[in-house]
Amino acid sequence: MVTSFQSHYIPNTPAEQDALLAAIGLRHMDDLFHDIPQDYRNPELNLPAPLSELDIQRELGQLAARNRPLSSGPSFLGAGSYHHFIPSIVKALMTRGEFLTAYTPYQPEVSQGTLQVIFEFQTMISGLYGMEVANAGMYDGATSLAEAVLMACRVTRRARVIVTDSVAPAYREVITTYCQAQGITIDVLPAAQAGAAVTESTAGIVAQYPNFYGALDDLSGLAQSAHDDGALLVVSADPLAMGMLRPPGNFGADIVTGEGQPLGIPPSYGGPYLGLFSCQQQYIRQMPSRLVGRTTDTAGRTGYVLTLQTREQHIRRERATSNICTNEALYALAASIYLAAMGRRGLRQVAELCYHKSHYAAERIDALPGYSVATDGEFFQEFVVSCPSPPADVNRWLMSQDILGGLDVSDRFDNGMLLCVTEMNTRAEIDLLVDALSAIA
Amino acid sequence: MLNKGGNRDTTQMLMARSVPGRMGVVTPDLDVPAAPLPAAAYLRDDLPLPEVSEPEVVQYFTALSQLNFSIDTHFYPLGSCTMKYNPKINDEVAFLPGFAGIHPQQPVELSQGALELLYRLQGFLSEITGMDATSLATLAGAHGELAGVLMMRAYHLSRGDTRRTKMAIPDSAHGTNPASAAMAGFDVVTVPSDSDGNTDLDALRALADDDLAGLMITLPSTLGLFDTKILEVCQVVHDCGGLVYGDGANMNALLGRAKLGHLGFDVCHLNLHKTFSTPHGGGGPGAGPVCCGASLAPYLAAPIVAQTAAGDYVIAQPPDSIGKTSGFHGNFGVLVRAYTYIRTLGAAGLTSISGNAVLNANYLMHALKDIYALPYDRTCMHEVVFSADRQHERGVSGLQVAKRLLDYGFHAPTMYFPLIVHEALMIEPTESETKDTLDAFIDALRAIDHEATTDPTLVQQAPHTTPVSRLDEATAARRPILRWQPAAD
Repeated sequence: MVTSFQSHYIPNTPAEQDALLAAIGLRHMDDLFHDIPQDYRNPELNLPAPLSELDIQRELGQLAARNRPLSSGPSFLGAGSYHHFIPSIVKALMTRGEFLTAYTPYQPEVSQGTLQVIFEFQTMISGLYGMEVANAGMYDGATSLAEAVLMACRVTRRARVIVTDSVAPAYREVITTYCQAQGITIDVLPAAQAGAAVTESTAGIVAQYPNFYGALDDLSGLAQSAHDDGALLVVSADPLAMGMLRPPGNFGADIVTGEGQPLGIPPSYGGPYLGLFSCQQQYIRQMPSRLVGRTTDTAGRTGYVLTLQTREQHIRRERATSNICTNEALYALAASIYLAAMGRRGLRQVAELCYHKSHYAAERIDALPGYSVATDGEFFQEFVVSCPSPPADVNRWLMSQDILGGLDVSDRFDNGMLLCVTEMNTRAEIDLLVDALSAIA
Repeated sequence: MLNKGGNRDTTQMLMARSVPGRMGVVTPDLDVPAAPLPAAAYLRDDLPLPEVSEPEVVQYFTALSQLNFSIDTHFYPLGSCTMKYNPKINDEVAFLPGFAGIHPQQPVELSQGALELLYRLQGFLSEITGMDATSLATLAGAHGELAGVLMMRAYHLSRGDTRRTKMAIPDSAHGTNPASAAMAGFDVVTVPSDSDGNTDLDALRALADDDLAGLMITLPSTLGLFDTKILEVCQVVHDCGGLVYGDGANMNALLGRAKLGHLGFDVCHLNLHKTFSTPHGGGGPGAGPVCCGASLAPYLAAPIVAQTAAGDYVIAQPPDSIGKTSGFHGNFGVLVRAYTYIRTLGAAGLTSISGNAVLNANYLMHALKDIYALPYDRTCMHEVVFSADRQHERGVSGLQVAKRLLDYGFHAPTMYFPLIVHEALMIEPTESETKDTLDAFIDALRAIDHEATTDPTLVQQAPHTTPVSRLDEATAARRPILRWQPAAD
C-alpha cells in the first residue's frame, strides 16, 4: 500500500491524518473506499516515479528546449495565431493569485474584482467590434464562430448557413463538428457568390474579416444580401486589426466573434486562447455563455453580477443556449489589461505597424523574379505569395536559414504561401526573408 | 478591506479615468516606408478605448484583484469544483519560451518537445482512467462532454443503429450533461436516484431499450457518494446496446482508487482545472480531455499525437473522428500544468491526494452532522452534501448560511445543487487544507447555526464585511446594463 506517501501539496502529516481518521472512528484511509467493489479497488497505477521540483524544472526545461520559440529567429507564420508584443504588466497582473486562483464569480460579494474586469472587457470588446453587447468570453475563435452559427439558427429558426470559403479551414471544420447533430446544412461558397445564394431558408452568412488569406471581403454587400431575406451576417474578426479597420458592426453585422489571442495572449502552441463574442442587443437572450451586468447592493453601492443566467446550462439544462460553463476568464483579464495599456492610440499604432510592415514585405517580395502577391485588393497583415516552387520546399530552405516561413496554402493558390508580418518583425528581418526568398527563385 | 483613495479606488471604470494624451505603452518607431492606407471606407474613425498610463493600469487592476476571494487567500469548500492548491511550479514551466512562445502551426520537427509532452500526457490520463486512448483537444469539461456524446452518436450511426435518440441522465447531474446531450441531438431522459443516493436501477431498466444511446453519469455522484451499484448500472446500459459516459468532475476522489474503464465506462472526460490542479482563473481556462476504450477510440476529437516507428512525434487524426472541436491542439498551457502535476506526484502521490481529499470530507461530515441535516448518512467521497432544512425551519435558508460564511472568511459552499436535496449545501474541502482550517470552518458553521437561533437577521442579511453587500440580481436581469456608457456614469 502506498498511502503513506508524503507530498508537499498535502499539509496534514501522517500523524494528523491518523487523528482525523480516529475522529471518524476509522483506522486506515483505505476504509474510506469500501463502497468501491473490492475487485476494482486500488488498481495498479503505472506512472513514472515522482520528481522533486528541481528535477521537474530540468525535465520540463529539456522538453521546452526541443521546441523553436517564435522569438528565437525571424518568424512569418500567422494563420490564426499571431506573434504580437505583450507588455510585461499583462503577465504580472494576471498571475496575481487573487485573479489566477479565483473561482467563477458565482458569489458576487467576494468576486467584484473578476466581475468588474469582465464588465470592462465587455465594454472594450463591444466597442472594438462596433457592437452593442459582448459576452464574458468563449473558448477560442473557432468555437466562438461555431456557437454564433448555432445562435443564428436559433434567432432565425432556420437551419441553413452559408459559410464563405475564405473562413479559416479549421474554423469551418469546427462549425461542421458543432452542427453535425443539429440538422443544419452548411454551404461553402466564395464570398462573391454568397450574397446571391441567400434564400428565405438561410439563417446566416458567415465571413471572416480580414479573411483567412488576408483580404478584406465586402461586408456591406454581404450584410445587405443577408438582411434582404431575413438572414443574419456573422463575422469572425481579428480584434487587433480593429485598431485601424472599420469594425463589422459598422457594416451591419449581427453577430461578431473573434480570436482574442492577439490581445496580449502568447501563442502557446494553440491555447489557451480566448473566444470573443458580440451581438446586437435585440439578440442577447439567445447568446451563449456568461454575461456580467451592473447593479447595486443593499446600500446602494454599484456592483457587478453574472446576469441573464436563465440562458445557461446550470439553470436551463437541456434547453440552455449552450452547454458552455468554464471558459477563458483569465484571458479575458489578459485582454482587458492589454487593451487598457495599449489604449486608444497604442492599439492604432500597433495595427498600423503591422499594416505598413506587411505592405513593405509584400511589395519587396512581389518585385522578386518568380514571386507575386496573390491577395487581391486591400489586406491588413497577412497576404498570399505565389512562389516559384512548392511552398514546402521554400519553407525548408527558409528554415535552413533559421527563418520560419508562412503557411502552405497551395491547396487553394498555385504554390501559395500565407505570410504574416507584425510589429515583431524588424525591417532587418523582412530584408533577410526577401534575400532568402530571392536565393531560391 | 482597507479603503483606497485616488486612483486605487475602484469605483471609476477605465473609460471614466481616461485622460487624452496619457499612454500605457510606447510602441517602436516605424522602420519601413509607410504604405498608403486603405480607402476611407475600410478605416474606422473612433476607437473607444481608454487613455491611461502604465502605473494607473497596475494600480487599478491590483486594487480590483483585492476585491476577490481566491484559493491563495481563502478556503473554498466548493462542492463539485475541487478548488485545490494550484502549484506555482506549474505556472512557471507553462510560461517557458519553449512552451508559451511556440506557434501551433510550426513544423512538427520544431515542436518535438511539446508533442512528446502531449503524447506522454495522453498516456498518463488513459492510465489513470483505465482507458485505451485520450484526446487532449477539448478545452473545458463541458467541451469534453460534447465531444464524448458526439462520439457515442458516431459509434451508433457507424453500426447503422439510427434509432438511439435518448440519453439517460441522473437527476443529480450537472447542468452541462443535459445541455451537452441536447447539443449532440439527443432527447434527455431523467433517471431518479434511490433512497441511498445510488442510481435507481429499476428506473434505469425501464429506460434500457434499443432507442437508448447511453447513460451520462458522474462518479462519485454529485451527492458525493460512490454508487455501490455501478457495475450493474453499466451492465444494464450495455445489455441494451447503450454506452456509458463518465463525467469526470469528481475524479479527485478516485485517483489511484478505481479506474472508470475497469468499472465499465466507455468514455469519460477529466477536468484538469479541478483534479489536476490547474488554476481556475476566475472561470477558466480549463481543459477537458476525453479518454475512451478501444471501441470508441476511432471517433475521438482531432487532433491526437502519435509516435512513428522511428520515434518521432506527429499530429494525427483518429480515423473516424467526430472532427475538430477547437482551432488547434487544445489548451496547451493548461496541459503543461497538468503534466507537471502528475510528474510531481506519481502514482503514490495521486493516491494520497484522493485519500486525503476523502478523509477531509468525512471529517467535516462527522463534525457537522449533528447540526446540519445529512440526507444520505454513509461514508462520503471527496464531498459531503448537507441540507440546511433545520436552519430553514428557524427562518434561515441555505443561501443565507452560505452568505454568512463569507463574513467568517470562507467562500460559500455550492448551494441548491444537486437539485434533489432540499436547501443543499455541498462541501468539498480537498486535500489542500490543514486540520486547523477544517476545524475553523467547522466552528464557523456551528456558530452560524447558533446565530440562526439567537440573531437570525444577522444571518439573513449577510454578508456584512465584504466589499459589497447582497446585490440586486433581479434588476440586473430585468434591465441589463452590460457595458459602460458615458451617459450612465
